[in-house]
Amino acid sequence: MSALALSGAIEAGLLFSLVALGVYLSFRVLNFPDLTVDGSFPLGAAATAVAIVHGINPFVATAIGTVAGCCAGFVSAYLNVRFKILNLLAGILTMVALYSINLRVMGRPNISLYGEETIFTPIGNLIDLGLWTNSVILLVIAVAMKLLVDWFLGTQVGLAVRASGENPVMARAQSVDNGRMTIIGMTLSNGLVGLAGALFAQSQGVADVSLGIGTIVTGLAALIIGETLFGSIKVAWATLGCLVGAVLYRLFIAAALSAGFLGIQAQDLNLVTAVVVAVAVILSQARRNSRFRLWPWLRRQVTQPQPQKG
Amino acid sequence: MLSVCDAYVTFNPGTPLAVPALRGVDLDIEEGEFVTVIGTNGAGKSTLLSAVAGDVRLDSGGIYIDGHDVTGRPTEQRAGMIGRVFQEPRAGTCSSLTVEENLALAASRGGRRGLRSALGRGRKKRELAEQLSRLGMGLEGRLGALAGTLSGGQRQALSLLMATLLPMKILILDEHTAALDPGAAATVLELSAEITGEQKLTALMVTHSMRNSLDFGTRTIMMNAGRILLDIHGEERKGYDVPDLLNLFKKTTGSEVEDDQLILA
Repeated sequence: MSALALSGAIEAGLLFSLVALGVYLSFRVLNFPDLTVDGSFPLGAAATAVAIVHGINPFVATAIGTVAGCCAGFVSAYLNVRFKILNLLAGILTMVALYSINLRVMGRPNISLYGEETIFTPIGNLIDLGLWTNSVILLVIAVAMKLLVDWFLGTQVGLAVRASGENPVMARAQSVDNGRMTIIGMTLSNGLVGLAGALFAQSQGVADVSLGIGTIVTGLAALIIGETLFGSIKVAWATLGCLVGAVLYRLFIAAALSAGFLGIQAQDLNLVTAVVVAVAVILSQARRNSRFRLWPWLRRQVTQPQPQKG
Repeated sequence: MLSVCDAYVTFNPGTPLAVPALRGVDLDIEEGEFVTVIGTNGAGKSTLLSAVAGDVRLDSGGIYIDGHDVTGRPTEQRAGMIGRVFQEPRAGTCSSLTVEENLALAASRGGRRGLRSALGRGRKKRELAEQLSRLGMGLEGRLGALAGTLSGGQRQALSLLMATLLPMKILILDEHTAALDPGAAATVLELSAEITGEQKLTALMVTHSMRNSLDFGTRTIMMNAGRILLDIHGEERKGYDVPDLLNLFKKTTGSEVEDDQLILA
C-alpha cells in the first residue's frame, strides 16, 4: 500500500469515526436504530460546501453543516416521539426526504470545493505535515468529539439519556422524560454525523448528493469492530472503540483494494461493508448465546428437543 | 397524603377481551401510614399501584397526592413525589450503569437535570457508600460495579435505596420481594419496613402473602375483582390472624380463597 493510500485510509477512517460515535449514541445508547445517518451525512457536506462556496468562513460553514445534521436528527426523533412512527421508519422517512433536500441545498448534484479555503487550509499553513496534515487535524477533532461524548454521557442529562435507552420504565419512574431524551440524543447523534459530512466535503474537496449511501453500514461496521476490541459497556472504551474501529475498517478496505484481494474493486465497497457487518453481528450473537447454531439443520439429528420439566 | 377517588380502569375496553381491573376504588391514606395490599390474582392490586404511579390512566375517577390532582399527569411528572420499587429486580435498576450511576440518577429525581457531572466526589461518594453499607448487602465497596452484576436481592435493595434516597410523598412497593429467593426476600422486606419506619414514610405495598400483609405495616386492605373488600387498621388489626382474613374473605364474597400461594406464603 502506498503512503498516499495509507494516509487516505486513515483520513477516511477518522472521518467515519465521527459517524461511528453518532451511531453509538443512537443504536447503542438510545436503542434507536437510526437510518437518518445516510441523509444527514451528505446534508452536512452539502450545507458546508454551499456555505464555503458563498464565501462564508470555513469554520462557520462547518458549524452550519453540524447544525444541519442536528436538525435532521431532531426531525426523525420528533416523528418517532410525537407521532409514534416506528423508529426505523422515522429514520427512513427523514433519509428519503433529505435526498431531495440535499439537491435543493446544493442546487445541483455536486459541488466541488477545489481551490476553496477549508478549515484544513489555515491549520495546514500553521503546521505542515505534508501528506499527514489532514489526518492529524482530523485525529484532534475525533479525539475531541470522543471526549465530548464521554463527558456528556457522564452528566445528569447524559445519565438520563442512557437510562432512557436501556430501561425506559425505570427511567420514567426516576422522572426521566423518555421522549425528550430521545430527541436530545438523536439531535447530538446526527450533529456528529453532520460534522463528519462537513469535514468529508472539505477533506475530499467535493460534496455529492450520493455520498451518503452506505454511511450507516460503515458506521455500524466501525462500531462493531470497536466493540469487539474494547467491549461495549464502559462509555470511554466504547467511544475509543468507535475511533479505532473506524480507522481499522478503512485500513482493512484499503488493504483489500490495493492487494486486489478476491478482485475487489471500489464499487464493491458497499457489498463488502454489508457482508462484514452481517458476519460481525452473527458472530457476536453466537458468542452471547451458546445455543445459537450457525447451521441448525446439521445439529437436528444430534440434539433432540428435551421434554420440559413441569 | 394519597387519595384515590372512585377509580375505574378497564383494559381493552370495547373488545371481547375487555377486563375491568378497577371498579370504583376509594382509598384515603394518611401521612405516615404503611398500607399493605393483598388479593387474589387479577384483584386489581398492581393496577391500583400503577394508577397511582401513573403507568395506568384512569377511565374515570381521580388521584390526589398531598392535595395535588395528578390524575392526568404522566409518570415522569409524578415521579418526584413517588418512590417506587418494581417486582422484577431488573426493572428498577439499569444493568449497564454502575451502582453509583443508578443512585445518581435517583438523586436527581424530580429535579432539573443539567450538564453538571452526575457523579459526586469525596464526601458525596462516602455518603453514598455509608447509605449502601446500611443495606447490609455488601454493596458499599461496589459503587463502581455494574448493576447487571448484582444478585436479585442486591438489586432490590439498591432499588429500595434509590426509591428512598430523596424525600417523597409516597413509597410504592409492588410485590418487590416476589422474584427473590426466600432468604433475600425476607432481608429486603425487613429493610423496607426499617427504612419506612425510620423515615416515617407513607407507603403502599402489594404482597402476595397474607402473613406479611399483617406482620408489616399499619393497615391492610384486601382487594377482590377490582374493589376494596376489606380495610383493617388500628387496634382491630392487631387481633387479626391469617385464618381470620380467610374467613372474612369467604363471608364477604361467598367463595373460598382459591389462590394457594396467598394462603401458604
